[in-house]
Amino acid sequence: MKQVWITTVSDSSEQNETIVEFKNVSLEYDYQGDRIHALDGIDLTVQRGDFVAVAGPSGCGKTTLLKLIAGLILPTQGSVEILGKPVRGPTKLVGMAFQNPTLLPWRKTLDNVLLPLEIVQPIKSEYYKNRQPYVEKALRLLQTVHLEGFDEKQPWQLSGGMQQRVSLCRALIHEPDILLLDEPFGALDAFTREELWLVLQDLWIQQECTVILVTHDLREAIFLANTVYIMSNRPGKLVSQSKVTIPRPRTLEDCFTQEFTDLFHEIRHQIGIVRGEIFEET
Amino acid sequence: MESKGTFYDYILPGLVIVGMFIVWEFVVRVFGIKEFILPAPTSIWASLIQWHDAIWGHAIQTLYTTMVGFIIAVVFGLLLGWLVGYSAIIYKALYPLLIGFNSIPKVALVPVLVIWFRIGTIPAILTAFLISFFPIAVNVATGLATLEPELQDVLRSLGANKLEIFRKVGLPRTLPYFFASLKVAVTLAFVGSVISETVASNKGVGYLMIVASSRFEVPLVFAGLLVIAAMGIILFAMFAFLEQRLTGWAYRQ
Repeated sequence: MKQVWITTVSDSSEQNETIVEFKNVSLEYDYQGDRIHALDGIDLTVQRGDFVAVAGPSGCGKTTLLKLIAGLILPTQGSVEILGKPVRGPTKLVGMAFQNPTLLPWRKTLDNVLLPLEIVQPIKSEYYKNRQPYVEKALRLLQTVHLEGFDEKQPWQLSGGMQQRVSLCRALIHEPDILLLDEPFGALDAFTREELWLVLQDLWIQQECTVILVTHDLREAIFLANTVYIMSNRPGKLVSQSKVTIPRPRTLEDCFTQEFTDLFHEIRHQIGIVRGEIFEET
Repeated sequence: MESKGTFYDYILPGLVIVGMFIVWEFVVRVFGIKEFILPAPTSIWASLIQWHDAIWGHAIQTLYTTMVGFIIAVVFGLLLGWLVGYSAIIYKALYPLLIGFNSIPKVALVPVLVIWFRIGTIPAILTAFLISFFPIAVNVATGLATLEPELQDVLRSLGANKLEIFRKVGLPRTLPYFFASLKVAVTLAFVGSVISETVASNKGVGYLMIVASSRFEVPLVFAGLLVIAAMGIILFAMFAFLEQRLTGWAYRQ
């Protein structure tokens, strides 16, 4: 059932269309006078409709990985491709949610969700001509994440978990092909986090988009993803890939099944090996 | 809640002002203070009534120079704050100069302005402008410079250009800073125009006060002061109202 191995990662088991591809991507940048080697030789292929999680310690370059897909930064070596075309800057194919909800405090919930429509071409011009269908869509999305009736509220009137749900809706409103999630539940309490796992799973099943989730919570990664990648400490490398075959829709009870815990221990063990290697080097 | 708000917002400060005048009147009468040293509020009021035509004309002049100087300061302060807030290079290049300029007492500039523009309206407008643009520029710059990179990333990841980022995030984020500075700047603008009028003008409340004091019409001098204070309060209240309307989100009632 479970397969865990340490290899350079390449996945050919799926027949689907490749949506994101990293080809030997490395990234170095200067930060406050220091040369930082953030990513090293990343090869990664993500199929359309897949749910991929990248787990790893803080500061290993997980966020950088997402920013490369979002086009917020460009690789110093290798190339990142979306649907076969190299990423040269931000595109409308991508929606992103961050660790902080990053809602604009001067906009009420609904207007925060609608924000991308005011910017993303070509939706922008349609949106300004006829706002109503988009408002209805935003309200439907808010309903999916159990926030009906909160559309007129200001962000500060919502709890952290609610704000994060609004942030998810905002990332999805322009129907991106790829949803990038940067530790979206990292700042939430355990109960809220597990609740939002289910919300996210529902959204993914409903929206049929590709999700790439970055997290330092291994249980979160296993619960949500089809494929879990483990990233090493800086410079970040992908060191293992594990398939999660627990059927969907998953429930929180699945976290206590033998399959889940076995997989958890397996991956945990891999991380131990990675850490050990790093320890020997230094 | 509603009536409590009105009490603290309007009635309480009103009572404090009335109380101050009562104490003032009381002190002047009990200690028999001479009118040319400290006139009683009643004699200031009498002077206001007696000279109201003249005071009105001078007050309008002062209000006019103040507002023109203030509007120039808003435009210039916004532009400067925008430049300084957005570009670290311009910030570094201009900041010492701005600090130095702001340290100069503006009254020292009035003679220079008089040489350039002669006495009257223009030096008053310029002094009001020079004294009030600095807080606007500094606040706008601070608002922009402290803009969270995460908020910018949200827009950048959607492919927003610089102008869109400014319109959707930079501008609204800066508005609370901007309005806070307007309240300070508008009262400073009065200081500027009155300073200039006392030194180099033949119109305005500042000029009126100088003339009155040279004739020992001390109640009239104080009447001028009261008029300036009243105009300051009214304009401050106007901008406070605008601030509440436009940036209420920053104050979470």
